[in-house]
Amino acid sequence: MTALEVRNLHKRYGTHVAIDDVSFTVEEGEIFGIIGPNGAGKTTTVESIAGLRTPDSGSISVLGLDPIKDRAEVRERLGVQLQESSFPDAIKVAEALELYSSFYRDAVDWRELLDLLGLADKRNTQYKALSGGQKQRLSIALALVGNPKVAILDELTTGLDPQARRDTWSLIERVRDTGVTILLVTHFMDEAERLSDRIAVIDGGRVAAVDTPAGLIARASAVQQVRFRVREPLDRSVLTELSDVTGVEITEGRWLVTGSGQLLSSVAGALARAQVVAEDLRVDQRNLEDAFVAFTGRAPESKEPSERKAD
Amino acid sequence: MHALREMVKVETKLFLRDSATVIFGVLFPAGLLLGLGAIPALREPSPETGGLRSIDVWAPTALVFGMVMIAVQHVPAVIATYRERGILRRLSTTPAHPRNVLLAQMIVALASVVVSAALMIFLAWAVLDIAPPERPLEFVVAFVVGFAALLGLGMISAAVVRTSGAANQIGTLLFVALMFFGGAFLPRVLMPDLLREVGDFIPPGLQALTAAWSAEAGEVTATAGGQSFWLQIAIMAGIAVIASAIAAKLFRWE
Repeated sequence: MTALEVRNLHKRYGTHVAIDDVSFTVEEGEIFGIIGPNGAGKTTTVESIAGLRTPDSGSISVLGLDPIKDRAEVRERLGVQLQESSFPDAIKVAEALELYSSFYRDAVDWRELLDLLGLADKRNTQYKALSGGQKQRLSIALALVGNPKVAILDELTTGLDPQARRDTWSLIERVRDTGVTILLVTHFMDEAERLSDRIAVIDGGRVAAVDTPAGLIARASAVQQVRFRVREPLDRSVLTELSDVTGVEITEGRWLVTGSGQLLSSVAGALARAQVVAEDLRVDQRNLEDAFVAFTGRAPESKEPSERKAD
Repeated sequence: MHALREMVKVETKLFLRDSATVIFGVLFPAGLLLGLGAIPALREPSPETGGLRSIDVWAPTALVFGMVMIAVQHVPAVIATYRERGILRRLSTTPAHPRNVLLAQMIVALASVVVSAALMIFLAWAVLDIAPPERPLEFVVAFVVGFAALLGLGMISAAVVRTSGAANQIGTLLFVALMFFGGAFLPRVLMPDLLREVGDFIPPGLQALTAAWSAEAGEVTATAGGQSFWLQIAIMAGIAVIASAIAAKLFRWE
């Protein structure tokens, strides 16, 4: 069943087009990631789904309901964890949960959420005294307290340390296992790759691609590269005659072979047949970050494209 | 209704944890009156005040101090903070309308000034021998309608300011202006008639409060050209309605 359906969404602020044309569907039980550069329209898209913005055209369906026309019903069933939202400094964890659970017709027992989110020993702590990770977990708990069928989590782990991020990730997986469909907006590629069943890449207000993480990577890395060094003389025709190889460059004994298909095994097989030992054999393994660059033409904020050693 | 009740409960706890507001908004009026009551000269009957003690005539001003503090400083600052920090925005994604949080704020504000007034009136009677309001019903009406007018002004401020810092600045300006007419700097009895008459139009309506508390004190501070009690109440009610409508019109949730 379809949990979320967005069709030809368009939204402008004055002359600035925030969303040009965005469409995607999210199936029930999925973790669906949205990635894209800053200003791509991610936040406006989720705000429209949450009913905080009225789109200029296009349609949105949340569990078959319209976020504007069926506002009250959508708010009962959609949990939202927003970027840049907060709670009063002096409110205690248990008070915030009790308050938010009073808003919903069919709230879950918030005490169980405290345990699920590892906040049980913080129940009497004021919001201002929580760590960044604890604040984020409280925010997630409050998005889940209404027993939603769909949860939107916007920039969930921004500002968290690496351990807190990993803890949050496993928490999200546990939440999904309880049957909640999750729409995850993030600019962390590792987060999107680790958590998402499918990902939409949004760029310039449009959907550049929708696929599984592996599918996106495969589509972006039609061209593969293998690097190595050899001590023995090697004739380049050994490699250029391979059907998977499209190019060979040699610089000071360093070989760079480009190609497609099963490039690594073809090259390794050819070198073995030529009885040549390759040293420092590396394959430029593509990840979601490379796919992101391929689809958007931009790097996802301050990270070097990684090159991993093939074992 | 369940949600509103929970909000009032939580907002009450948050209010009580804000010690500066509790001290200045709730406890200070009683403390101020007792402090001034400790000055012997202010406890002497004086012909200037028709044979009443200064403290008898001035008591309603101490009350107004707490009302103004809560309505134009505390409430707008809280709401501006809620907007600035996305608390209202977060609420608007839940089935609870953020309007309820404003309502809860106003309920808690009213409760706090009622407590403040009750405490002050009791201590004024017990310690300084100032008689409790002579016309309790009219006093309650003047108090509630006057506070509603103040709160209306506070809500306009809460509606237009972008940051809690700006809310505090506007709150301080309003506080000084309102407390001037509230007799904090120049007792109403010493004001020129014109200022006293203008004061009939300035929330929370000190003259009406004074007259309902003590008819004698009311006569001392009244002017020939002043408005009658019920006309003052009507003016305050009008201000409350108009200010609330303006605030509702201007209000931004984000």
